[in-house]
Amino acid sequence: MDFNLSTEQMEMRQLVRDFARDVISPRAAEIDETDEFPRDILQQMGKLGMLGLPIPEQYGGVGADFVAYMTAIEEISYASAALGVILAVHTSVGSFPILYFGTETQKQHYLPLLASGRMIGGFALTESGAGSDAVAIRTRATREGDFYILNGNKVFITNGGEAGVYCVFAVTNPERGARGITTFLVDADTEGFRVGKKEKKMGLHGSATCELHFDDARVPVQNRLGEEGQGFSIAMRLLDGGRIGIAAQGLGIAQAALDAAYAYTRVRKQFGQELNQFQGIQFMLADMATQVEAARWLVYHAAQMRQAGVDCTREASMAKLFATDTAMHVSTDAVQLFGGYGYTRDYPVERYMRDAKITQIYEGTNQIQRMVIARHLQS
Amino acid sequence: MNILVCLKQTFDTEERIVLENGHVKEDGVRFVINPYDEYAVEEALRIKEEHDGQVTLVSVGPTRFEEAIRTALAMGADEAVLGDDPALFGDEFTISKVLAAIISQRPYDLILAGNQAVDDGSGQVSVRLAEELGIPHISMATKVEVEGNKVTVHRDAEGDTEIVTGVLPMVITAQQGLNEPRYPSLIGIRKASKKPLTHVTVQDLKLSAEDLAGRINVLETYLPKPKEAGRVLSGELTDVVRELAEALHTTEKVV
Ligand SMILES: Cc1cc2nc3c(=O)[nH]c(=O)nc-3n(C[C@H](O)[C@H](O)[C@H](O)COP(=O)(O)OP(=O)(O)OC[C@H]3O[C@@H](n4cnc5c(N)ncnc54)[C@H](O)[C@@H]3O)c2cc1C
Repeated sequence: MDFNLSTEQMEMRQLVRDFARDVISPRAAEIDETDEFPRDILQQMGKLGMLGLPIPEQYGGVGADFVAYMTAIEEISYASAALGVILAVHTSVGSFPILYFGTETQKQHYLPLLASGRMIGGFALTESGAGSDAVAIRTRATREGDFYILNGNKVFITNGGEAGVYCVFAVTNPERGARGITTFLVDADTEGFRVGKKEKKMGLHGSATCELHFDDARVPVQNRLGEEGQGFSIAMRLLDGGRIGIAAQGLGIAQAALDAAYAYTRVRKQFGQELNQFQGIQFMLADMATQVEAARWLVYHAAQMRQAGVDCTREASMAKLFATDTAMHVSTDAVQLFGGYGYTRDYPVERYMRDAKITQIYEGTNQIQRMVIARHLQS
Repeated sequence: MNILVCLKQTFDTEERIVLENGHVKEDGVRFVINPYDEYAVEEALRIKEEHDGQVTLVSVGPTRFEEAIRTALAMGADEAVLGDDPALFGDEFTISKVLAAIISQRPYDLILAGNQAVDDGSGQVSVRLAEELGIPHISMATKVEVEGNKVTVHRDAEGDTEIVTGVLPMVITAQQGLNEPRYPSLIGIRKASKKPLTHVTVQDLKLSAEDLAGRINVLETYLPKPKEAGRVLSGELTDVVRELAEALHTTEKVV
């Protein structure tokens, strides 16, 4: 295994890191406090190419590989997990489906807008009755001439209200179960489509999570992505990439928490010495650092497999499970190491802890990841 | 317009300097474009965007400079020339001779450079370069306006602003505050590897051994003494004042 990044990948990571630490980090606490969608930062990210990193140049993207894209999610999430998820959803499940399954016309229309950040992408699968069990979705799409008429509701949709286009999953043939689901590109200004309640979340403030409502929403036939009945297989094809992306987000949060804890324990004195002089503290830091390192290897191992085009379902799930559990452990321990100060908003570690929690839940809960890994133990 | 930018790679200013056998250790150090040169690159790009033209980077130094060059190419410069033949290295005298030899082989209207390098901080090279080329220079620019072949430059004159005009071709050196350098774009990074980067060796230049022989010998390199903790004077106010005045005169010798 060789995880050495190429010169170009390193330069890209360095650029994203500089931007994240110079521009995003100083704003991260404010974004968390106000819960306002950081449009101005996204605009700058769009200008620098960060919103179209793995999209080919012919569609207005940078044409970088998947590994470089993962380093970007990690670095952005290091500064702000909210911007990390906005980027990950926009790219992995907002833009990739169009790149992989779109017609040439759909690609020509949407990808340059998405890659430049002039349009943000969203992905709408989850419903109130269909979370882990995504096949249970009820949103219906019925064809009427040149249109599909969509009816139903989606919940927890990232970039809700901010996205210009959503990949929406709806049932076109209820008799066929998973094979009766179809994907649609729903423009935000579609008649009969409406963004509903915005969730008040524990963390990830600044990233909008909304309900979507379809009341006889009229979606033109040319906005169907792929064939009728192909929806579930489209969703499955996006899973590995999406999961590695959230793993990279977890890794970024974990690294930020570790760095903060390390820096704090070097200067905080109790009992006449710096905290990091106590063996009990050193052991905690050593465990945290080891977990982060292990997570990094899993994430980039899976990313390289994904880049090489080999089957990486098991590795993607392992990376997602381990990196996000690591984000939770390490951020919780970071709060512990900061003592009472860690529990206040004067320091960023309580934000890391609140942000880390969601990474264990979305993009397939970590129980679901374990199920996937167990299922792949034979092979 | 042909704009040349002289560019050097230096330590990231946040790096700690470590000496080993009398030399500054370079292992594991992050290098960046000399910050003053970065202003020069940004200014060149702005002038290019406004007036059309070609921005060429010119650099003399080890092959690791390529990293800084690629960053400047990713910001938008068009091509680069690097003299990375160790026979070309030397002190300010040598480097300016070499730069002049490289530059006189190509067309130029405006040469931009940093006012100084943050590592050795001599502030000599670009001014010497102008002399070598026999063209005027304006140093410490905080604002540059180009109109036809006329330039108007605001320069930092010991905290005041001096407004100077001149006629191209000339050398202008950048002072902090000239502009806010852009980030290279990600697409720029991809394009940078395809932009021309020419390597120059001593054989390509008409320079004598005399030109290449530096004029400076470095005898010793050492770190500044670590700052000692300050002294707190306490006691009766009149005593403290007397002690302070005395210390300023005799110990610290500042008055
Ligand atoms: C902030 C945020 C952003 C999101 N963004 C999006 C988005 O952009 N698009 C989108 O479509 N969705 C999105 N989601 C939805 C998210 O993917 C789901 O919340 C997630 O898949 C879990 O579904 P659920 O909430 O219905 O939980 P449930 O499926 O009800 O699970 C509840 C608990 O039961 C466990 N569980 C369920 N089934 C099993 C089983 N078979 N064995 C063992 N344990 C099980 C789960 O692991 C979990 O612990 C987002 C959610 C949040 C909170």
